[in-house]
Amino acid sequence: MSESIRADLVEVNYDDLIPNNVDLSNDRRLKKALEEWQPNYIDWWKDMGPEGFQESEVYLRTAVGVDPQGWAVFDHVKMPEYRWGILLAPKEEGRKINFGKHKGEPAWQEVPAEYRSLLRRLIVIQGDTEPASVEQQRYLGKTAPSLYDMRNLFQVNVEEGRHLWAMVYLLQKYFGKEGRQDAEDLLQRRSGDEDRPRLLGAFNEETPDWLSFFMFTYFTDRDGKMQLAALAESGFDPLSRTCRFMLTEEAHHMFVGESGVSRVVEKTCQAMNDAGITDPYDIEAVRKLGVIDLPTIQKKLNFHVSVTEDLFGAEVSTNGASAFEAGLKGRFEETKIDDDHQLHDATFDVWRVVDGQIVQETEPALNAVNARLVYDYINDAAGGVKRWNKLIKKMGIDFDLKMPHMGFNRRIGEFAESFITPEGEIVDEATWTAKEFDYLPNEADLLFLKELMQPEYRQGEYATWIAAPKVGINSKPGDFEYVKIYGSSN
Amino acid sequence: MIDFQTSPQDYKHWKLDFDGPVAYLTMDVNAEATLKPGYELKMNSYDLGVDIELYDAVQRLRFEHPEIKSVVMRSGKDRIFCAGANIRMLGKSSHAHKVNFCKFTNETRNSIEDASEHSHQRYISAVNGTAAGGGYELALATDYIMLIDDGSATVSLPEVPLLAVLPGTGGLTRVVDKRKVRRDRADIFCSIEEGARGQRAVDWRLVDESIKGSIFEEEVAKRAHAFAADSDRPSDAKGVTFTPLNRKIDGDRVQYDLIDIEINRSGRVATVTLKAPTDAAPADLAGAHAQGADFWPLALCRQFDDALLHLRTNETEIGTVIFKTSGNGSLIEAYEKLLEDNADDWLMREIILYWKRTLKRVDMTSRTLVTLIEPGSCFVGILAELIFAADRSYMLDGQIEGDDTPEAKIKLSAFNFAMMPMSNDLTRLETRFLGEPETVERVKAMIGQEINGAEANKLGLVTDAYDDIDWEEDVRLFLEERVGYSPDALTGMEANLRFAGPETMETKIFGRLTAWQNWIFQRPNAVADDGALKLYGTGTRPSYDFNRV
Ligand SMILES: [Fe+2]
Ligand SMILES: [Fe+2]
Repeated sequence: MSESIRADLVEVNYDDLIPNNVDLSNDRRLKKALEEWQPNYIDWWKDMGPEGFQESEVYLRTAVGVDPQGWAVFDHVKMPEYRWGILLAPKEEGRKINFGKHKGEPAWQEVPAEYRSLLRRLIVIQGDTEPASVEQQRYLGKTAPSLYDMRNLFQVNVEEGRHLWAMVYLLQKYFGKEGRQDAEDLLQRRSGDEDRPRLLGAFNEETPDWLSFFMFTYFTDRDGKMQLAALAESGFDPLSRTCRFMLTEEAHHMFVGESGVSRVVEKTCQAMNDAGITDPYDIEAVRKLGVIDLPTIQKKLNFHVSVTEDLFGAEVSTNGASAFEAGLKGRFEETKIDDDHQLHDATFDVWRVVDGQIVQETEPALNAVNARLVYDYINDAAGGVKRWNKLIKKMGIDFDLKMPHMGFNRRIGEFAESFITPEGEIVDEATWTAKEFDYLPNEADLLFLKELMQPEYRQGEYATWIAAPKVGINSKPGDFEYVKIYGSSN
Repeated sequence: MIDFQTSPQDYKHWKLDFDGPVAYLTMDVNAEATLKPGYELKMNSYDLGVDIELYDAVQRLRFEHPEIKSVVMRSGKDRIFCAGANIRMLGKSSHAHKVNFCKFTNETRNSIEDASEHSHQRYISAVNGTAAGGGYELALATDYIMLIDDGSATVSLPEVPLLAVLPGTGGLTRVVDKRKVRRDRADIFCSIEEGARGQRAVDWRLVDESIKGSIFEEEVAKRAHAFAADSDRPSDAKGVTFTPLNRKIDGDRVQYDLIDIEINRSGRVATVTLKAPTDAAPADLAGAHAQGADFWPLALCRQFDDALLHLRTNETEIGTVIFKTSGNGSLIEAYEKLLEDNADDWLMREIILYWKRTLKRVDMTSRTLVTLIEPGSCFVGILAELIFAADRSYMLDGQIEGDDTPEAKIKLSAFNFAMMPMSNDLTRLETRFLGEPETVERVKAMIGQEINGAEANKLGLVTDAYDDIDWEEDVRLFLEERVGYSPDALTGMEANLRFAGPETMETKIFGRLTAWQNWIFQRPNAVADDGALKLYGTGTRPSYDFNRV
């Protein structure tokens, strides 16, 4: 595919075995480490990547530069031959550490020894999420509602793979043998595996169907965005630059999620209108139309939001405080926040359950950086929900999708011990359990989705339950063969 | 800078006299000749300067005087043997200095015991008067204690009642472990200022003999000659003169003939490179004797000993010491063979014992010890012990690109097995492989074989092996991480991990003493302005915080 890369775009060296803009050819140590790791990565990809489509030719975007405009080229490529590489956002000369106790000092180009283990841990946790989502989504190709969606799935997958590369780059470049071992371990853990699970809970959940995939890319990739944004503020410059470029890719993943849910909602409302059904809760009738009823969409939303919120960790956390104080992980849009960025005397109000009431209590801001990040996340995620509701309203259906209360269905943090409804009401365990499947998908819902989701591999065709997208990828026409499933004959 | 090099003509505090096979080592401390200002060394009390001379004398008696078979330690002062470490000096010293001082004095006491036991140069103390605290500890280090019976001479360990500290040179341990004094009697003895004298001192095994003043000197001489008669040291051999070491200190570089020290101050790391011999070993034992202090194993050991003492005392901020070697390792074997094959020759025995003590000094050094094995190195036999003495050891596996120096190899010899016990009486390999004794056997079968990085790593002889691509970075990461940790925590951790296996009197002395004494030296009850050490001699009673910790 190299001939398809426009010469004027190339700032990434594609002559190397591993495409990169980090002068890899002059770094023997890193080159050796990555070249040793690469075959294991490819084995992992073949083993745990998209099942059944490794030989298919997928119309993929490949990053060829790190300039936010025009950073990619598109071409059909077999996924195992995708050019995964190391891409960092350009170095800003004179960049400073913008928060924590080293605020104002020049950003670090090497890892300060005293923060090495803390930083390594942050990178390993971030890195572990990347291959995990590929593993979670590996069977979805078999039920793709269109070649367009299948292509988007694979695009997200290869980019999550690249995000793994990005984290592995940092581990191998800056953390010596321990880092190399971590890089190897990232390929050994498996989503959902009892013996060697991925590190974070949400990444061991199944992504059983395409509605989950869209919810995941909208809500859980948004956690990725928040974490990457916080790490992009890092005083450790290579991490910051790595994460800044990853954020560019993450935006596409969230687009896949938001537009995917939107197209599902659109098709449901369209089908209800065509059939003259006005009651969104007439689930039986709606399902008979071959579309997904809105209450089921709400249940899926409840699930994905709540498990994603858990990813932020405990709201009040000394680890969070240490990482902030050390200048390793900032807050969301740190530099736009109007305060001293050191937080030694600052406070922050944290929601929690006190005497059966959900109240705000004041905590030292330093210890509450996780709380702030998850609250920022909730605000950020609410935007898409609003747009979906606008669409529902426009289509004349009386239904609102709602973000569940932050305390709903939580396993980690302030609400972990409480039973809270999506509306934010504290109830006893029995009450909650009795209503669990009003809040979350039950087996019948999942079975319905499973049966509904039959593959649609014909060019330009879409499954019954999802609307066609407004525009194609890279302005391609609607019947473009986004995935040549059986490979090309030439 | 504190210099550990001296020689008898420069002694300020000690005098050596010889009477056939018996040497008299007379302590006559010059009160004015202190290492630092602010105190006077009255009543044969000592500071580090006095002990440096003592160490020098003990070394020279072994090497320069093969004909000396017993040594009488005595005092040049009337009715005072030795009053111990100078309290004013302790009160004024930094904690680090006190600790280093205690450690060095203990090592010197151990070397006296080593002389009695292994060199067959037995030490006797002729206690002609008060032997208090460190003074009695000095006597405890000797093999036989003779106390004058004049109605006033006593031995005592008054640290607890007087100073709120412990007898800092292993006194408590030696009383119960070496002299086997019953614990309740020891408790009484150590908690009374006046100590013990006369028959009671003998009955409690605190001394070996109590002798009337009129016949004291005569009896001492008799005893010394009797001990001498049992020794296997030669009467007619020529000693080896300890010529001054050729040492150049130039900023961050210290150079000896066979050792280079490079100090990286900002990194707080010193790299100590020990060099192989440049010439082939002498053909026979006589040749080795003829080379004397220039005989490579002895020359290197002396320089290494001095280098360790220098770094410990004068470079306390340098928290990590890297050991490297360079040169032609193939020459080393012949030197070792001379030593091994002639282990019953007095000089070869002394050199082996000196290496044993010096390697123990390495074990006892409160620095992170790292051994780096690179192409061009010569970790053969005795030098390979540095791999096992280190807290971590890393080996460069293979060659360095663009450099045709052959890959590094380790070669073990008999010196890595039985000849160089640690203070726990195990070899470093036995200690290292405490949980897998079969590995010791396996590597023993490899004596004389060249072991490359990959093999050494597989055998567990090194912490890890890296190829040239990873080498620098991985070593750098380790060092950087290390220097960031609390030096106190590291000292404690390393000392805990180095001495697996059984306890011996030596491990007890160093372990208990460094932990307890150092802790007590930090406590307000001892060192606060109203603490016992500070108030000593002022007549004011210290005020203690009576909470037990
Ligand atoms: Fe990602
Ligand atoms: Fe993503």
